[in-house]
Amino acid sequence: MSQPTIKSVLLDPIVHNNPIGLQILGICSALAVTSNLKTALVMSIALTLVTGFSNLFISMIRSQIPSSIRMIVQMVIIASLVIVVDQILKAYAYSLSKQLSVFVGLIITNCIVMGRAEAFAMQNPPMLSFFDGIGNGLGYSAMLIVLGVVRELFGAGKLLGYTILPTVNDGGWYQPNGMLLLPPSAFFLIGLIIWALRSWKPQQKEAPAFRMAPQVSDKEAY
Amino acid sequence: MANKESTVRTLTVAVLVCLVCSVFVAGAAVALKPTQAENRLLDKQRSILAIAGLGQPGMSGKEVQALFAERIQARVVDLEQGTFSDAHDATTFDPLKAAKDPQTSQALPASEDIASIKRREHHSTVYMVENDGELQTLILPVRGYGLWSTLHGFIAVKGDLNTVVGFGFYQHGETPGLGGEVDNPKWKGLWTGKTLFDEDGELAVEIIKGSVDPQSPKAEHQVDGLAGATLTSKGVNNLLHFWLGENGFGPLLANLKKGEA
Repeated sequence: MSQPTIKSVLLDPIVHNNPIGLQILGICSALAVTSNLKTALVMSIALTLVTGFSNLFISMIRSQIPSSIRMIVQMVIIASLVIVVDQILKAYAYSLSKQLSVFVGLIITNCIVMGRAEAFAMQNPPMLSFFDGIGNGLGYSAMLIVLGVVRELFGAGKLLGYTILPTVNDGGWYQPNGMLLLPPSAFFLIGLIIWALRSWKPQQKEAPAFRMAPQVSDKEAY
Repeated sequence: MANKESTVRTLTVAVLVCLVCSVFVAGAAVALKPTQAENRLLDKQRSILAIAGLGQPGMSGKEVQALFAERIQARVVDLEQGTFSDAHDATTFDPLKAAKDPQTSQALPASEDIASIKRREHHSTVYMVENDGELQTLILPVRGYGLWSTLHGFIAVKGDLNTVVGFGFYQHGETPGLGGEVDNPKWKGLWTGKTLFDEDGELAVEIIKGSVDPQSPKAEHQVDGLAGATLTSKGVNNLLHFWLGENGFGPLLANLKKGEA
């Protein structure tokens, strides 16, 4: 890869190097918060800000961090940012923060934040790192928003709480797919999206980790 | 410049990072506290209104405050005597805080502490909806331990002090999807119209495992348990029995029935 620029670090993670689609990070929260679009949006904004600022601060002090405690230092910074985000949500979006419950706190353990801090911010200047964090946050957000739209629209017939497809229960015609409101459906959707992404961009396909050896013995098992 | 990897340097960086971060976190927490407290109060008022069957979901904060001020009356109750009391100002009194202070609460012996709350306050706050001086709805605060957390909620009963208007929790930490289903509007809906006491005046309301048989004579006191949340259901059952019983609001309910509270 050539020298990273602000534009490339900001836009690449959205499709070319999506943190969920290609790096397969942050799946857990993507399953949990996407049953409706509103929580998915709030989670996206929170994660994008945390990743951006943690990258910025870590990159600012990267030359001072002794390598023996670098992970812990990164964790302390990330955790502080997440607590602040949680406090802000509690103050200005109380009902949403109740819905998101533990998942805001769990941004601390979201692999995307830690992964970008370790892989990018430790080697690159602050501004570039900041935009890399924002870019990866946007990549995560893009995936969450797609999941949130599909799951809320087809699972409940609504978007952001407004009825789009009137459901049978409310006297309409649409029979909602209840499975879409359960976490496993996000697994299937993410799988389908990854399949679509890799058919579109075959260079994202990974080489198989191993090949099955042909059977040479006449015994079936040992 | 000293070696980046030396012990002293490592310690200095660790301490500095911790200091800066803790100042940052503490600053945010202190600065946002008033707004959060306001939100919590509003959330509590919203949940009292919802449980009493007043207003619509999705009311703005201002509407909630106005409706609450117009319809709901808060009164402090002496739990021991079961009478209304003027010992505290109902608008500022915090029963949960009182329950932590040995001066204003009493320890419960394990045999009586079925809701696992350890200490019970001497005074609590109840909320009332009145119509022309007649008690229409009485809203009692309840709390108790479920599986992981203390559940805080309210139960609203009609003026006959027997028929449930609504029941729900405004704060808990039960597992989302299992015990967290105490928030499910369908389950909360099951409570409306149930009666707390049988003909002999004995506390009869209970949460049973599985579904209520509508043919059973006890059906009007029984509510379905939550599937996959046996311990939460049990906790909710216990906390209801505690707060509606002798150590909770039992004396108040008895006095109100006689008309002497």
